[in-house]
Amino acid sequence: MGNFGQLMDGFAVALTAHHVLIMIVGVLLGLVVGVLPGLGAPNGVSLLLPLTFTMDPISAIILLTSMYWGALFGGSTTSILFNIPGEPSSVATTFDGYPMAKQGQAVRALSLAFSSAGIGALTGVIVITLLSGWVAQFAMRFGAAEYFAVYFMAFASFIGMAGGSPFKTLVAMMLGFAAATVGMDTISGESRLTFEFDELIGGISFLIAVIGLFGLGELLLTMEEGLKFEGVKAKLDLRTIFRTVAEVPRYWATLVRSALIGCWMGITPGGPTAASFMSYALGRRFSRRGRHFGKGEPEGIIAPETADHSAGSCALLPMLALGIPGSATSAVMMGGLMIWGLSPGPMLFTTQPDFVWGLIASMYMGNIIAVVLVLATVPLFAYILKAPFTVVGPMITVVCVIGAYTVASHTFDIWLALLFGLAGYVFKKLDYPLAPFVLAMVLGDKAEDAFRQAMLTSDGSPAIFFSNGLVSTMMGLGIFLLLLPAITALAGRIRSGAHKAEAA
Amino acid sequence: MTKHATTALAFCLSFALPAAAFADWQPNRPVEFVAAAGPGGGTDTFARVVQSALSKNELLTTPIIVTNKAGGSGAETFVYAKTSPKDPYKLFFGTQDAYVLPLASKLSYDPSKDLTPIAALVFDPFMLWVNPKSSGIEDVKGFIAKAKENPGKLKVGGAKAKEADETLMTLIEQAAGVDLTYIPFKSGSEAAIQVAGGHIEANVNNPAESVEQWKAGVQKPLCVFEDARLADKTVIADGKSWNDIPTCVEAGLDIKSFAQPRTVWMAANVPPEALAYYTQLLQKAAAAPEFVAYAERGAQIRKVLVGEEFKAFIAQHEASYRDMYKRNGWLRGEK
Repeated sequence: MGNFGQLMDGFAVALTAHHVLIMIVGVLLGLVVGVLPGLGAPNGVSLLLPLTFTMDPISAIILLTSMYWGALFGGSTTSILFNIPGEPSSVATTFDGYPMAKQGQAVRALSLAFSSAGIGALTGVIVITLLSGWVAQFAMRFGAAEYFAVYFMAFASFIGMAGGSPFKTLVAMMLGFAAATVGMDTISGESRLTFEFDELIGGISFLIAVIGLFGLGELLLTMEEGLKFEGVKAKLDLRTIFRTVAEVPRYWATLVRSALIGCWMGITPGGPTAASFMSYALGRRFSRRGRHFGKGEPEGIIAPETADHSAGSCALLPMLALGIPGSATSAVMMGGLMIWGLSPGPMLFTTQPDFVWGLIASMYMGNIIAVVLVLATVPLFAYILKAPFTVVGPMITVVCVIGAYTVASHTFDIWLALLFGLAGYVFKKLDYPLAPFVLAMVLGDKAEDAFRQAMLTSDGSPAIFFSNGLVSTMMGLGIFLLLLPAITALAGRIRSGAHKAEAA
Repeated sequence: MTKHATTALAFCLSFALPAAAFADWQPNRPVEFVAAAGPGGGTDTFARVVQSALSKNELLTTPIIVTNKAGGSGAETFVYAKTSPKDPYKLFFGTQDAYVLPLASKLSYDPSKDLTPIAALVFDPFMLWVNPKSSGIEDVKGFIAKAKENPGKLKVGGAKAKEADETLMTLIEQAAGVDLTYIPFKSGSEAAIQVAGGHIEANVNNPAESVEQWKAGVQKPLCVFEDARLADKTVIADGKSWNDIPTCVEAGLDIKSFAQPRTVWMAANVPPEALAYYTQLLQKAAAAPEFVAYAERGAQIRKVLVGEEFKAFIAQHEASYRDMYKRNGWLRGEK
């Protein structure tokens, strides 16, 4: 119960008027950067970093983490309203959030997303509180082979769970892998698929692809369908917010499953983006209403949001305990830590207990503050949808273009985003799924690095993927998930075959 | 009021003393610091520490914006420098990568034409680390013996491919006459954790990236690739300080100094008065308490190089890298 006592000390640090004020400011700033696609949490946090040089470390980290929570929540807003993910990890929220908003239920969709996200985040913090000592030890057991197994599970669950044609899923995923290889290769130090364009040497930013594929692609479709925006009929009823929040506990099975996936992916190197995708895919498979996913199903919003936020919170733990950032934002925060004179690593918990536990305590409060604040903004955001498409359409275009530019201040990226916009339109027209493409783009290069590192370690023997209990279990689960649809189909055929045989 | 007086004074002086006026160039809008590394990386921290030293001590009063251009192992930063010649409001932060990257890869910038060197502010020493528990290696002799017994089986991790870490690893192979397997990771800290977890046997690293693992007893420094031992005598772990770690030559591995300079650059053809201004400014930053604390924390070697001295260092350092790359068959156009 040592952790509990330390947590109470942490609350004593975090619960001052000064720190609560910092949290509110941080969350609000985070909401702003989260809502603007392209700006995103990592950029926002690094913009704010210089301000923290003169603060004491605990206030500084509270400001930065609060901004992170705000940005995570803000990212979901544009996903739901305009089909533009503000953050990479809120891509999966578009799948059901946007259809629901289109049906005139934007308020419900936003409230569902925010409240389940809050539950996810709190679960993550509780996991951190209880397991902080153990997690650092556990994360050390992850070598290259184990890393690859984590990514393999994420891919396998997606191929196995996808609706539609498995071949189209595979094609989309392969294209995603190809896009992920562009740029400098970690293992060989050579540049690949850059065609001697200087602009491509850094690789294709995932955010550019998402802004194009989802934001601009959707815009093209909407235009073709006749410039209509169903959101116009949205009723603004404040009671909907409370009714929706009360509705959330009904989906407890989805909540628990998604929070578990989120914590697992946050602690292991999967990260929030992979967590939200995996949770969505598994949700579709195991929910009773899984067949309706993609048409505005509440569980299709709850699953990715809960996982995204529990992974986001848990990802801070490897950063503090090992100095390995679990997400782009925690990488920026780690840079901050070093500038404030703290060294992240296994000893931080013993040398700086005030800092660590103050931070953990602030995560409880920061997330609660964030949920209350974002729920309060729901009517405001939903109101935007009441504007006619002739106003909203150009606005989305501008936001997309600015967003594409802000990612790295490259004009080239704007053209790239437009190109991805066309690609997104073609994908939708030909009924190729976008999700596997995006997933492969996010995890593709990491999975490739891990695979090749593992192969180097084992001198080329694939036995390394089954060399200990941990990695074998993960690979086994991955293969099972991959084959699950084939197994069920086979079982179904055998059963129907038996029926026919009986009938004959 | 005082500000006006100073401006007026500077204005008068600029007529009286044209030579002194060169030193009076002052930035009047925000300055961009471009770091050739992603957030949290070594070069990023370097740029941000300089930023904090300058703004905290009010050495530079216009705002400083740090941006990251990490693409292509940082080459993106120097390509960006090429596209903004003469701009006195952009400083570029890197390591030896500025002049070493074009040796191996076809890049569109030429370090001697597109960059103006300002200063090297500090040097990061390299160390050889092992996991004493999982590898059973306790010293350099043990390391060499184990590598000789298991040719090609000892795994050494480092950051990225065909850069400082892998170069150093090939130097170890040549000096000790052994065959090692190099495994590249995205960053030095990732490689350090792989050693700490017992997945690979050793890594080469800047001290800062592994010091916490040393304190936790999952990594141990074998030797430092320097001509002299590090100066710091503060006890860190196992009752030892940085000063107690032998140089690699002492320990029986004949590799002399292999330090990594932390460098700052401007674009080509910048106004000479701006260059003079930043040269002075960065020297002040390197002496500020924030920077000194940063250098001490990372067990870095505090040595500032500017002007001709820095240029001579670059020429010599680039030549030695060219030589090592040639030996490894990494030079561009020779593959």
